[in-house]
Amino acid sequence: MKPQEYQKLVQDNSPPRPIFKNMLWAFFVGGVICTVGQVVLNIASKVENTKAEASAVTLAVMILIGTVLTAFGVYDELAEKGGAGAAVPITGFANTMTSAAMEFRREGVLLGMAAKMFVIAGPVIVFGILSGFIVTLIKVLILKLL
Amino acid sequence: MEYIIAFLVGGAICAIGQLIIDTTKCSNAHLLVGLVCLGAVLSGLGIYEPFQEFAGAGALVPVMGFGSSITKGMLSELERLGWEGLFTGAFEITGLGLAAGIVFSSIWALLRKPQK
Repeated sequence: MKPQEYQKLVQDNSPPRPIFKNMLWAFFVGGVICTVGQVVLNIASKVENTKAEASAVTLAVMILIGTVLTAFGVYDELAEKGGAGAAVPITGFANTMTSAAMEFRREGVLLGMAAKMFVIAGPVIVFGILSGFIVTLIKVLILKLL
Repeated sequence: MEYIIAFLVGGAICAIGQLIIDTTKCSNAHLLVGLVCLGAVLSGLGIYEPFQEFAGAGALVPVMGFGSSITKGMLSELERLGWEGLFTGAFEITGLGLAAGIVFSSIWALLRKPQK
């Protein structure tokens, strides 16, 4: 049997993904996380002076919440039910860092924990900065030229 | 009211993400990278700010908000410092969260064993 045929066989015989149900769960879990974020943002807006600072503090608090929930195994259960609803919020970003750090700790502190911490978070940071850099550069050049 | 908007908008972004994962070959990592780039670019085009003004944490908490914060930091630092801001600005808003993530991830990794 060719690999393609085998893949087709697997695809035909695996149960169909419950797309609608998955989306509903993602919506619910993601929505709840963002609502918690709104509570944090409202408090941060009162404490901090500028919007940028309030955003920074909110992101940091959500990341802190993500790492704590991951460390105590709660986030894995959330991710199992919520899928993208748990992965897309910034808490999911924190989850990838903490879970990778905990997972690879047994391979050593330097080449395990520290190196593998960014196995998923790294690409996100790299591409975030690259796209931000390019778009900002273009914007500045256009504004300078006009 | 703003809580309801944050819930609906944040939930909708996550639901669309789930749809992309289920219907295409995208993995979680691809989705996160795509959303970060989208947020950064939309912020550069000036679209993300009004959206975040409306949706609050519903726009900030999904990783798109992380990407948008990178661009926003670059633009504001560019104004303050000149060309150096193009580089230092990346961590202007996100740096606090990133450093916190590194510190706490390390602490938990040293303190706790992964549970299966």
